Amino acid sequence: MRIDVKKTYKLFIGGSFPRSESGRCYEISNAKGVFIANPAQASRKDLRDAVVAARSAFGGWSGATAFNRGQILYRAAEIMEGRAAQFVDEIVAVEGVTSSAAKKQVQEAIDTWVWYSGWCDKIGSIFGSTNQVSGAFYNFTIPEPMGVVAAFAPQKSSLLGLVQTIAPIIATGNTVVAVASQKLPLSAITLAEVLATSDLPGGVVNILTGMTAELAPWIGSHMDIDAVDATGLTSAQDKELRVAGSENLKRVSTFKAEQSPQRILAFMEHKTVWHPIGI
Amino acid sequence: MTFEYAPALEATSVVKIKSEYGLFINGKFVPAKGGKSFPTINPATEETLSKIAFASASDVDKAVAAARAAYSKVWSKMPAAERGKYLFRIARILQERAREFAVLETLNNGKPIRETRDIDIPLAASHFFYHAGWADKLDHAGMGSSPKPHGVVGQVIPWNFPLLMLSWKIAPALATGNTVVLKPAETTPLTALLFAEVCQQAGLPAGVVNIVTGDGSTGSAIVNHPGIDKIAFTGSTAVGKGIARAIAGTKKSATLELGGKGANIIYEDAAIDETVEGIISGIFFNQGHVCCAGSRLLVQENIQDELLEKLKRRISMIRVGNPLDKNTDLGAINSAAQLAKIRELADSGDTEGAERWSPQCDLPSKGFWYPPTIFTGVTQAHRIAQEEIFGPVLSVLTFRTPQEAIEKANNTPFGLSAGIWTDKGSRILWTAKHLKAGVIWANTFNKFDPASPFGGYKESGWGREGGRHGLAAYLKGDH
Repeated sequence: MRIDVKKTYKLFIGGSFPRSESGRCYEISNAKGVFIANPAQASRKDLRDAVVAARSAFGGWSGATAFNRGQILYRAAEIMEGRAAQFVDEIVAVEGVTSSAAKKQVQEAIDTWVWYSGWCDKIGSIFGSTNQVSGAFYNFTIPEPMGVVAAFAPQKSSLLGLVQTIAPIIATGNTVVAVASQKLPLSAITLAEVLATSDLPGGVVNILTGMTAELAPWIGSHMDIDAVDATGLTSAQDKELRVAGSENLKRVSTFKAEQSPQRILAFMEHKTVWHPIGI
Repeated sequence: MTFEYAPALEATSVVKIKSEYGLFINGKFVPAKGGKSFPTINPATEETLSKIAFASASDVDKAVAAARAAYSKVWSKMPAAERGKYLFRIARILQERAREFAVLETLNNGKPIRETRDIDIPLAASHFFYHAGWADKLDHAGMGSSPKPHGVVGQVIPWNFPLLMLSWKIAPALATGNTVVLKPAETTPLTALLFAEVCQQAGLPAGVVNIVTGDGSTGSAIVNHPGIDKIAFTGSTAVGKGIARAIAGTKKSATLELGGKGANIIYEDAAIDETVEGIISGIFFNQGHVCCAGSRLLVQENIQDELLEKLKRRISMIRVGNPLDKNTDLGAINSAAQLAKIRELADSGDTEGAERWSPQCDLPSKGFWYPPTIFTGVTQAHRIAQEEIFGPVLSVLTFRTPQEAIEKANNTPFGLSAGIWTDKGSRILWTAKHLKAGVIWANTFNKFDPASPFGGYKESGWGREGGRHGLAAYLKGDH
């Protein structure tokens, strides 16, 4: 007989897989209470490191062509497809669902990458505009990425909710610090392994596992985070985060729609440029 | 040599200011509960113009109830095309009574008649005309099919463009099917109250627009009222952050148009005479009481001497004085409090080591006045490079490379406006791309239009006003 080689689930920061600097981890068991893994329990310092990595990656990622970003999102779908079986096994183990339900979740996650891949080079033409001002001016409005976005993935989903959260944020050039579902964090780290091998520059996506309630206030008060997807928070956590986030007027959103261009636009800022017309 | 102009005063006979004004609630002027009132003055003379009702929380409550009833019984049931017609009517009446509004605005605000007549009032009318046409076309606004209004919108506006800010708020709110409770600024209520008469003349159903006058406590009563579905605020960043805190955990959404510290970047190849005009418009338009003012001049080092010489010569020609004079360029500072704030910040420029320059100019003995002022030798750490002065005070900094210009321009928590002056098209687009600002004027400055979205990045606020993008603030999409 052969003993399985089990995976150590670590954080994903700046393209690397560090343990928490705090040395903490927490236990994940399956639905029947059987031990599965000890993922890292991220600290405030890990969060700050992740924000630094995300900020450093922002210039390059937002400066890449939209076509390039679209190809990299599509690449993530390709790599996930190849590792679908691993995701299915992990979801079955952690969520206790049937393998066909797990398979459906994985396929939808892959298709989510494909859907947002196609948005990368269209969002500007659909949601930008040239504006017919009175006077001899050329005037246009373009959507631009906001910068560093923190995101709380929905708590009830291992993989799909996280992909539905991350993909629209990074499609336009934002970078993200995502907090995985507290009880279902393992697929998030496996997703990080996919992203690490998808030509995605290090730091564009950073994934933290740990206690949502512990990390949320630090995210709310961090002055170098521009916006937050707070979908995975309770209403009390959401309120507390918004109060702290008012200090730098963070743009905080939550979403009901699983897939929508509004999830992209919520993390974009509209820039309007005027220039005189003349000879 | 100085040019001498004969006085060319605009006649004030076109306006009839009442001795007192009530609150405009449910289509009628009513006294405030308990009869509380406050005086409103002409900042150019300090003369009292009228007595204004002071709305308490219970008056706000009545206004919100009127707006709610109008929303559910009338406004939300009206076909969109008919709703739009009311906005067209309002636009037309504003055009008809434009001179009256211009004079009244100048009397109550202190800004030059040339600006109220040529900019504030025509733009206010055009905002209603523009949004009128949107009312029955909201399916095409990019918010999904059949986007829905929020309901009752609470709006709080500043004193720097009283009627224009009212139009930026009320026009899109009504076009999208919301009803409104609006509070004008404490120091400039008169054109908002005249606007209430326009609503009456237009036959706007009672309660669709309610105007409550008062101070910050009145604004706070609106923001915290449980019957308000959405807040729209223009004003200081500090108050904006307070609103963000106040609505956390509620179902209210908010748009915030807050402060700025706009960089006006002058590259070495800029057309220098046009640039000087742009710098003047950028900082001295409306006494510098402009959130998007170009208050930080970033000039490429090798042209600094030439530019400053021309700029100083041009500033020497600015005519400061009676706002009702058609030749006046720089009018009165809006209030004693604002004047004190300008003085305090400008004085910090002296003590922190920047060099002050103002032209010779005689300021009137009554009223609130500040001369056009520039500071050179300003560093990024100086308060006058970081804080919004909201007055006719320009801070001059230099840069050597475009990268340095961008770094300095973006070195602020604000992100509202910026200017770029260069003859090179590719450099304009490169600079515009790297600036963190919501409105960028290239080879022009301080231009506004209802079709052009306006609003800031970072701590300059949330959302946009104007254009198709501005509608999003007043509609609930399908996400």
